[in-house]
Formats: sequence, structure tokens, C-alpha cells
Amino acid sequence: MEQFAPVKRSKDGQPVRYLIVDDSVFARKNLGKMVESFGGQVAGEAGDGVTAIAEYDRIQPDIVLMDITMPLMEGIEAAERIVQQHPDARVVMVSSVGYQENIVAALQKGARHFVQKPVKAEVLYEVIKYVMGDEGTAGQAAGAGA
Amino acid sequence: MKMDLIQPFINAADAVLAPGLQCPMTIANLSMEGESYSPHGIAALVALSGDIEGRIIFDLDPNTASRIASKFAGSDEPASDALAQEAVCELANQVIGNAVATLNDQGFNFRVHPPQLHLAGQGTRITEDTEAVVLCFETGSGNVSMNIALDYGATRVAAAGQ
Repeated sequence: MEQFAPVKRSKDGQPVRYLIVDDSVFARKNLGKMVESFGGQVAGEAGDGVTAIAEYDRIQPDIVLMDITMPLMEGIEAAERIVQQHPDARVVMVSSVGYQENIVAALQKGARHFVQKPVKAEVLYEVIKYVMGDEGTAGQAAGAGA
Repeated sequence: MKMDLIQPFINAADAVLAPGLQCPMTIANLSMEGESYSPHGIAALVALSGDIEGRIIFDLDPNTASRIASKFAGSDEPASDALAQEAVCELANQVIGNAVATLNDQGFNFRVHPPQLHLAGQGTRITEDTEAVVLCFETGSGNVSMNIALDYGATRVAAAGQ
């Protein structure tokens, strides 16, 4: 996988902690590999919106990567509930169903950004840097400046 | 069967499979079928409802599914059966999601239902008899079959008649 400068938390220099929510184990695995290539840590996973809400409360991640179409509770509703309980939550929707109505609904309900599948690592990386803002710091890529 | 509904899925399959597998993809075969469907390998059925109604079935033989799962995961290790099955469902989601975005831009509103997984050898037909377009895509990892049966939904037909 392409080398990315690790994105760390500005407050303590620790890896950004992610909650990955997708009913597909395959998708969670792929996203997990991607965020680890960004220097991040997968703090938790969930396969539906109900579990996502519980996991958020438990692990308080820095960023949530949330799918939309899931059993029990879809991602947009889960994002809304998480943001209602935790207004500072950073939820990035990651979904294959990327039409305008979905994107607008997600952003109106509190999501910070939307990435369409198939996810390109370089796109997700820029979105994560954007969403973390001043609370994230991108260091030097491995081997850079040598 | 409305052929103008098919092109977005062909474009989406190319947009998802070619970059993911890092190889070109070609349409090896295109045909029409009218019988109920039995899976040939690992099949993911995704139903649509609303302005467009019907279903799309992705069907891959287990070895192809395993290779594609490994390729998408960036791994040289063969994927497990469970992961290969998940990969087929996720692939179906991504292709259909991309196609849906195009159709939504054209003004169609509809709901995409979660994929249902079906395996060959279970002895059941998973659809009713219906006219379908069958596309066989040839990739570097094996062949991917897409069976599409779609038509305008009642809401769309009613709106067009007003």
C-alpha cells in the first residue's frame, strides 16, 4: 500500500483512533488496513448502527467511518444519534450508495464528510486530515527527507 | 426489460472491478435469459424497489471470489471461504451503489436492499422466471457474471402517464 505521512492527534501525539462500522467484514478489514497505513489505530468495529452507538459510548474514538446500508439500524440514523449524544463526534460516511439525497441527509444529520466506495486510500487520507483539522497532525512519511 | 437501465451497471462494474483488480476488464459474453435463477458459485442478489424495480445477481465461482477478495484486500494469501463470500456481497454493493448514483442523477429514486447471499449446490432457484440480461465480465482473476432484471416501477410508470 502507498506510504502516507502518519496522522496523529495533536493533543498527545498518539495515533488517531477509529471506529469502523460496516456490516461487511470484508469492508471493515479493508478500511482497517487503510487507516493503519495512515498511522491510525482501529479502536473498535461494529456491524450495525445499534452496535455502533454502543461502541462509540464505550471507546470514544476520534473518527467513525460509517457505512449506510446496514441491518438493525442504518448508518445515517446511527450517525445522527451519535452526534446528538456527542456533538464533537467526527463521523465520516463511507458507502457505495453515493447519491445526492443520501449525502445531503448524512451531512444534515451531523456527518462531517462522505466518501464513496470503492474507497481510494489517497481520498480517505485527505478526508481524515480535513475532518481532524487542527486536532490532527500529519508527520513525515517513512523515508521522507532522508 | 429496459436496456437503458443496463448501461450504468456495465459502467459501474468497470469502475469498480478494473481499479480494484488493477487489470482491464472486458465483456466476454452478453445474453438474454428468461428462466428462474440458480447460483453457479457464490451469488449475491440485490433487490431494488421504487422508480426502478427488480434485482441484480452477482455470481462468481469460489476460486475467482477468493482471488478477487485477496486482490481487493492487497494480500497474496488466498482468502477464506467466509471472506470470499463477504467479498462477493461487498462487490455487488459497490457496483450497484455506483450504478445507483448515476441513475439517481438521472432522476430515479429507489431503495437498494442489503445483499442476500446464495451458494451453488443448495438446490434452490432464487428467483421467479423473469427476463434478464446476463453479462459475463472477464478479469485477470477470473470471470464475474452479472444477471440483471430491472424495469420501471409502478410509481415511475404512473408519473409518466400523467
